[in-house]
Amino acid sequence: MSGWDRPADLEKDPAVVPDPADVEVPDDLREEIEEYMRRYPDRRSAVIPALHAAQRVHGWCSPLAIAQVAAVMRVTPAYLSSIASFYDMLNEEPVGRRAVYVCTSVSCALSKPERVLEAIEEQAREQQLEDTEIRAFECLGACDMAPMASVDGRYVGPLDPSDAEEIVAAIKEGRTVLPGRGLEDEDYRLPWGGRA
Amino acid sequence: MIDELRLLRHINEPGLNTIDVYERLGGYGTLRKALLEMDPEAVLEELEASGLRGRGGAGFAMGKKASFIPKGAMDKYLCCNADESEPGTFKDRLLIQKNPHLLIEGIVIGARAAGINKAFIYIRGEYELQAGILEQAVRDAYYKGYLGENILGSDHTLSLVVHRGAGAYICGEETALLDSLEGKRGNPRLKPPFPANRGLYQGPTLINNVETLCNVPGIIEHGAEWFKSVGTEKSTGTKVVSVSGDVRRPGNYEIELGIPARDVVFGLAGGPPEGRNVKCWFPGGSSSPILLDEDLDRTYDYESMAEAGSMLGTASIIVVDDSHPIVDVAKSVANFYRHESCGKCTPCREGTNWTAKMLERMDRGEATPMDIEIMAQVQTNIIGNCLCVLGDSMAMPIGAMIEKFRDEFEEHIERRREELDRAAIGLGAEELAAGAHSGPSELIAPA
Repeated sequence: MSGWDRPADLEKDPAVVPDPADVEVPDDLREEIEEYMRRYPDRRSAVIPALHAAQRVHGWCSPLAIAQVAAVMRVTPAYLSSIASFYDMLNEEPVGRRAVYVCTSVSCALSKPERVLEAIEEQAREQQLEDTEIRAFECLGACDMAPMASVDGRYVGPLDPSDAEEIVAAIKEGRTVLPGRGLEDEDYRLPWGGRA
Repeated sequence: MIDELRLLRHINEPGLNTIDVYERLGGYGTLRKALLEMDPEAVLEELEASGLRGRGGAGFAMGKKASFIPKGAMDKYLCCNADESEPGTFKDRLLIQKNPHLLIEGIVIGARAAGINKAFIYIRGEYELQAGILEQAVRDAYYKGYLGENILGSDHTLSLVVHRGAGAYICGEETALLDSLEGKRGNPRLKPPFPANRGLYQGPTLINNVETLCNVPGIIEHGAEWFKSVGTEKSTGTKVVSVSGDVRRPGNYEIELGIPARDVVFGLAGGPPEGRNVKCWFPGGSSSPILLDEDLDRTYDYESMAEAGSMLGTASIIVVDDSHPIVDVAKSVANFYRHESCGKCTPCREGTNWTAKMLERMDRGEATPMDIEIMAQVQTNIIGNCLCVLGDSMAMPIGAMIEKFRDEFEEHIERRREELDRAAIGLGAEELAAGAHSGPSELIAPA
């Protein structure tokens, strides 16, 4: 459900910039956000990295995560919510700490990525994989690896539906997903022998 | 073909992304020359003389853009656009991952030419691996004195920050990029004022693509004449082309601009798989109007692609072979832009949505031939009516598909309608596939 599908609660007053004394922020998170704010001429430029950091801590941009970022950055929660709802990688719902993005855009679409996505979803159900967001994603910039997926930022491909079982098992057991078939792997080659 | 690779020269050298290897191969030598032996005007002149055109899609002359930045002491910014998100494009990913210091060197020299002291690299959030490599490279460059105050003892000072996005295609549009970098939703701005006058934090801002900036060290090292010695008169230099889709050897290839497109698609990338033919191809990412097989005989450069009614764009070729219905390709394009429209301008927000829905209807068998007209009209109503070209990026290729494959659209609508009709009277998909619908008598077959 995206932002504008939710009715506003007219009984409540709009949230203001939280009083730092009211919101407890983990020290690491506070330091990280302050470090981001120092990088830019305008502290608000740090919203994306700050929300990313809070999302790493809380698993999603929860009301508490938003409140903590708001307290450190001295902006309103609504402002942060406007950002979190705009960007695909920031989640306003608890969709999962791990992320599997299967690219389904034009180039990948030619190689039937929906079959890979369905297979991963099916395996996730079968192996009862939890706390993982599995979704179709817009072009990940790896059309040479089509069809491909990003598993917590690790690009793997080309994928076949038969890879789903191993992908899900690896996520579940905390192993590297498909060793040797990731873009970052030293010996990575495309099926025809070329480098990506 | 070019005799010698330029941008991708050492690309497979192990450890090129470390500062030690980059320096060993002569890296940062050009920076020394640009800072200590040339004055900023000379650097700018060389860039202008090279004819280097922006590699991010629009193809605007880089030197000219830099010359628009006002002189004098004020806060000026350089933003490197590394938000590469156009379907079909993956050249910047390669350059950043393998050769981040070339980009940094290009940024420092480019900033020097325009008298800029603050630079940002806006990299898309999905490129986590590449952003990590880039951040390390920036730290190393600071440590070695290639960034920071009084670089190499010159009077040039530059700070550089790597800024990660969070998954929004629109942030590759230059003014949306600026809004996003300022910590807002990535909505495009009204132009003018152009970023060169009022951009980031309202200061003059030079925005260049990764590949454009990666070309800068070469131009300063060898001179504008060397750069222009390959390519055509108006499309100078080499270009990294990403080829993907139905080809045997997808990948990034550095080519001289102006060679026949067929040499790229068939010569380098191997053409479509055995037994299939090129149905259509996108010459410059998914936002470029599609071309047909016969257009592969044209030369591959900015002018020639424009002449063919398309554009070079990011020089990302997506080949579609004859096994794909055109409606599927159109659906995939429309769905992408529908998802990525920021929603600020009505023609784009509604137009991408309508188009995607109409294509769905065609696939479900609920469309009439009239829908093709409506869809074509929607495309015309988007083009040129929004703050940025995101809507146009859908409207142009979809418009070209309707124009070039109208018969197939009509046939698709008709076939799906028939299938739907038959399904309505009780013939299942399996019976349809088995040919149970071949004659009129089956129309009254029992369910």
